[in-house]
Amino acid sequence: MVPTSYYLVLSAILFSIGVAAFLVKRNIITVFMSIELMLNAVNLTFVAFSRQWHQVSGQIFVFFVMVVAAAEAAVGLAIIIAVFRARNTLNVDQIDLMKL
Amino acid sequence: MHLALFIIFGVFCVAGALNLLLQRHPINSALSLIVVMSSLAVLYLLLGAEFLAAAQVIVYSGAIMVLFTFVIMLLNAGKEERTHGSRLAYIAGFPGAAALLGILTFVFLSRGGDFGQARLGEYIVTTSDLSRVLFRDLLLPFEVTSVLILIAILGAVALARKEH
Repeated sequence: MVPTSYYLVLSAILFSIGVAAFLVKRNIITVFMSIELMLNAVNLTFVAFSRQWHQVSGQIFVFFVMVVAAAEAAVGLAIIIAVFRARNTLNVDQIDLMKL
Repeated sequence: MHLALFIIFGVFCVAGALNLLLQRHPINSALSLIVVMSSLAVLYLLLGAEFLAAAQVIVYSGAIMVLFTFVIMLLNAGKEERTHGSRLAYIAGFPGAAALLGILTFVFLSRGGDFGQARLGEYIVTTSDLSRVLFRDLLLPFEVTSVLILIAILGAVALARKEH
């Protein structure tokens, strides 16, 4: 028997680590991976609440998040390959053409 | 039993996520993210989401992470170097994330009595339950996602192609 709040705290920990990694990491692929980590943390919250209120719709939502994450990963990695071809670097500090 | 499994795989999750944060080489981060996602699949099973546990292993730790490791090896990504911007991110990033964690944990634990307990095997969503909702009530969104996947495939091919 585990309180549902423990699952929520675990997903909060994972989300915060994802936020920290997103801000601290300089490699564009690792930044992208920390976004996936945050999506996973939110998915855990959805499943925990789905069990809590006995609603299937929470799990349906996780299913759609997975589909969108798969599409996002495919397009994002293609963009990363295109950026690497154009600028020959993966460091986000050197990819700052749109910065003021 | 439930608590022991939760603690074991929760520790795996947090350790993998911390390893993702601390490693400087992207391939090590990718491998630790696979650990996080596989342990999350076990947690989904504990919460009675059997279809999502299988989908988590197949889609996330299978397909998506293979794509990530493939791109890391294709681009021959090396260790990341520290720059001026990253020092600023260290100063601002860690306190911000810690504050977020503190607020969320405080809210969840102080309202923890409203949520109740998760018992093993008390509520199981089988694949047929899930598909009944998905193919009857939510057929249109499901079909729209297939169009989304198709567009994503075309976009990925168009973006990654070498231009002449």
